[in-house]
Amino acid sequence: MAMLQVNDIHSYYGHIHALKGISLTVDKGEIVTLIGANGAGKTTTLKTISGTMHPRHGAITLDGEHIEGLPPHAIVMRGIGQSPEGRKIFGALTVQENLEMGAYARTDKPAIARDLDFVFTLFPRLAERKFQLGGTLSGGEQQMLAMGRALMTHPRVLMLDEPSMGLAPVLVEAIFETIQKLNQEGTTILLIEQNAAKALQVAKRGYVIETGQIVLQDTAENLRKSELVRKAYLGEM
Amino acid sequence: MLRRLSERINATDVVMFLIGGSILALVLVGSVATLTSGKYSAAQWFDLIVFGVALGGIYALIALGYTMVYGILRMINFAHSEVFMSGPFTAYFLADAWGRSGFLDENPVVCLLAIFVLAMAISLIVAVLLERIAYRPLRFAPRLVPLITAIGASFFLQYFFRGLYGPNIKPYPEIAALKPYLRFGDFRIQYVQILVIVAAALMMAGLQLIVQRTRVGKAMRAVAEDKQTAALMGIDVDSIIVLTFVIGGALAGAAGVLYALMFRQVSFIMGFIPGIKAFTAAVLGGIGNIPGAMVGGLFLGVIESLGPSLFLDGLGIPAPQQLKDAIAFTLLVLVLIFRPSGILGEKLAEKKA
Repeated sequence: MAMLQVNDIHSYYGHIHALKGISLTVDKGEIVTLIGANGAGKTTTLKTISGTMHPRHGAITLDGEHIEGLPPHAIVMRGIGQSPEGRKIFGALTVQENLEMGAYARTDKPAIARDLDFVFTLFPRLAERKFQLGGTLSGGEQQMLAMGRALMTHPRVLMLDEPSMGLAPVLVEAIFETIQKLNQEGTTILLIEQNAAKALQVAKRGYVIETGQIVLQDTAENLRKSELVRKAYLGEM
Repeated sequence: MLRRLSERINATDVVMFLIGGSILALVLVGSVATLTSGKYSAAQWFDLIVFGVALGGIYALIALGYTMVYGILRMINFAHSEVFMSGPFTAYFLADAWGRSGFLDENPVVCLLAIFVLAMAISLIVAVLLERIAYRPLRFAPRLVPLITAIGASFFLQYFFRGLYGPNIKPYPEIAALKPYLRFGDFRIQYVQILVIVAAALMMAGLQLIVQRTRVGKAMRAVAEDKQTAALMGIDVDSIIVLTFVIGGALAGAAGVLYALMFRQVSFIMGFIPGIKAFTAAVLGGIGNIPGAMVGGLFLGVIESLGPSLFLDGLGIPAPQQLKDAIAFTLLVLVLIFRPSGILGEKLAEKKA
């Protein structure tokens, strides 16, 4: 049974029909990736799931419970954590405070402390920079902080929006390793990427989105082999 | 080389620089003239400074409301001066009744506490209603719309309270316990001024503690920085905005009582001048910046109190005390021209625009 189920959602920016019936599912324990070009609707899909935007039609369920139309903070509390596009670190808050914000809606103090330890062991760099302001971190550190902050919401599904964007190749490697590690420890992940090659390496299944519609869906392995993906997203001739 | 320099400096800059320079020169000349004439004694200067600090503390408390709301909603809540007025104006009736019965002078501490609580509660309620009714429906409207609404709400509240409590200026009772002076040598401070300064300092310290150390305080800073991302962290942005109005309203109500204790009168338009002064203070310190509002308020209070005697008198201007408002607003114009981001302000263009 699918953990996160998105069923035929249509989202609009004013009169612009941005999502034209997106359907996708994420099962427990999976990494699912959504790949596509700039402006295809990847981030809009995430925004619609997280409640930042509301779909005009369609349903989104998390473990069978309808979440479409709920305000974002209520969706976070039901278990969807997100590391947003562009990282969106609170620059004037310290690293520790940024992480605390991730746990804002939670009241289970011992579990919060455990998760904080987990984030600090996952990203020792963040532990070193605990009391530094978020705005002073490097791009890679900010990405770690954004992921750590999303983990602090203790998500059932973790949504990562372009985690490798703007990072040096070494760091991209490290981020993807972390994604795999998180998944092995049981976190369900919906990964949005422009770096299709990398995303399809770590993901189990994938969806290809073009101009607001899913044009292809398959296992990651099959997608890597498909003509469309190889030409348009993996840059092969 | 010369040509590039002339391209960078245009005529407006030169004129502005000359205006700023000549105002600064006048202030300096005036101050030197007054100080060398020895017209005022050290005790008189001390009086003026203490008065300025007390007044500045009140400005700072009001300015915090402007700056916190601006920090979170990027709008100037021009009805904040009416939030300031509503509390002490309502509490007047309590103070007056107790003043007449003599209860106020028998139990000044209890009475003052009750007056503060009532005034803060009323101001807080007005602030929250304002947010709920006037501002929240316009959250996603263009920025000019809530600004105009705020001005409308300001007038509505003024005349609502005029209708409710009458158009007259009402005298706040004088509390005997606050009348004496604390003296050391030639210098003296009236108890009421000590109360104002201590109360303002405590509230500002308390606010700073809340904003820096508590969970909701951190959430307020997060919301001020990025509402959308804050919501993605599970923060209920609406409730944080309400909390901002609650805190701003309570501080304004307390400031209103301090103002009424110092100047001993209340009326439905009592908020107008202090409100605009506090707005000046918030801009002076850097709007959106909490320590800035505190610094700006104190600075404005002291300048306004010292200024007339210090530099206007020295320039030979008659009745300089009449011009204290002119000093405050000249300062506002100068800050807006020369340092629009304020004393402690961040560079607005970077992310707020």
